[in-house]
Amino acid sequence: MIELKNINKSFEGKQVLFDVSAQFEKGKCSFVIGASGGGKSVLMKTMVGLLVPESGNINFDGRDFLNIAYEEKKVIRQEIGMLFQGGALFDSLSVEDNVAFPLRMFTNWSKEQVLERVNFCLKRVNLENSNQLFPSNISGGMKKRVGIARAIALNPKYLFCDEPNSGLDPITSRLIDELIAEITQEFNITTVINSHDMKSVFDMSDQVTFMYKGKAWWKGNKEAIRDSNCKELIDFIKASEF
Amino acid sequence: MKYLNLFGEYLLFLKRSIGKPEKFKMFRELFVRDLYKMGNDSFGIVSIISIFIGAVAAIQIGYQLVGSLVPMYVLGRIVRDSNILEFSPTVTALVMAGKIGGNIASEIGTMKVSEQIDALEIMGVNSAKHVVLPKLAASIIAIPALVIYSMFLSNLGGIISVNFSGIVSVSGYIQGLLMDFDGFSITYALTKAFTFSFLITTISAAHGYKTEGGALEVGWASTRAVVQSCIAIIFFDFILTQIMLYK
Repeated sequence: MIELKNINKSFEGKQVLFDVSAQFEKGKCSFVIGASGGGKSVLMKTMVGLLVPESGNINFDGRDFLNIAYEEKKVIRQEIGMLFQGGALFDSLSVEDNVAFPLRMFTNWSKEQVLERVNFCLKRVNLENSNQLFPSNISGGMKKRVGIARAIALNPKYLFCDEPNSGLDPITSRLIDELIAEITQEFNITTVINSHDMKSVFDMSDQVTFMYKGKAWWKGNKEAIRDSNCKELIDFIKASEF
Repeated sequence: MKYLNLFGEYLLFLKRSIGKPEKFKMFRELFVRDLYKMGNDSFGIVSIISIFIGAVAAIQIGYQLVGSLVPMYVLGRIVRDSNILEFSPTVTALVMAGKIGGNIASEIGTMKVSEQIDALEIMGVNSAKHVVLPKLAASIIAIPALVIYSMFLSNLGGIISVNFSGIVSVSGYIQGLLMDFDGFSITYALTKAFTFSFLITTISAAHGYKTEGGALEVGWASTRAVVQSCIAIIFFDFILTQIMLYK
């Protein structure tokens, strides 16, 4: 479980996160939704340690993530997989080498063991026989799938997905959603997803946090969203539907 | 104050970038790739520039010696020392600042804006060390090697030009070329080459690493990296010359 307590973050004096508290449970897909500029991306970057908040606490299964040394932080980071909006694949490496990267960096496995794991991960995201392709030669949807394969290569405990559907056609979007949901359950991962896509939220979310003006404005599940009388949330959903 | 901040940022960046590689096997692979890219891809440009610099230096210095009391065979010695002491290390470094420096800044800048650097950090990799250290190690081998190569070619350029211009006989020129050779000039040239390699790589990498935005900012970072590397080269050229030749 990931637990956030009273996270505050500002840039050059302008506060963008206000006392954000939330819990993201193990084996569940937790969505963070909200309009652009609402603080979703800053919150996610803060959770994974790319940004440091001014105050608050972040705990990964009870382990403090903020007030620890860089080396200790690295241990927790190795348990994190992240799917970036643009894939963030290494341009100079093939699909196989991208997925193998964390394995080669953090394990002492033989070449055969690494290749076996890479092939397993690529098969899991339906990308068999794509090992030798380069990021510049594959589509946006394939990049996302390679990104997922790389994120799960080290059997992460936590998976963060930043706008996994952005730039994808509706069919590929659904495939990526299904893949993330399956992987979350299959490997019992704590998954946090930033999204604007309400279809994804209604299809696969277990928990929802609605960010508005840098605050965790509303929390609940997909069933509660429809019954909610939170005006800002309703406006956001209505705008998403049209 | 702004420049002091920038210098402080640069020092902190160096602190993060330099140290024992996190995984030697991966460092070695990147080092070999970067060494090949920096060295092999630069032979052509260094060859052309070195031959012409030597050729032009021989003609210009020869022009100044004509009619003087200095014997013309001394031309070879003067051109040799000019090439070894200044032209080869400094001009090669300036060319490499444009070629390698621009390349490093744009490569790392692109990695930054496309979140590849963030991906490394989230995996628990020290991204600065992972990306910069192999390039630094490769450049402090490739650039001095290119400087030595340039020394030979620039002196060859001098021989070719005196052969065609007839300022002095080739045998007379070679006599001057072999006259009173002091090995310290090589030490001095290589000290400059190592220093320039370090400056080019680290300044360019630092500019790439702090790039934010998109393609436009990557271009700016690359330009700034080249300009500041060139200024640093000229500045340290002066400092090292003062320290080493007038100690």
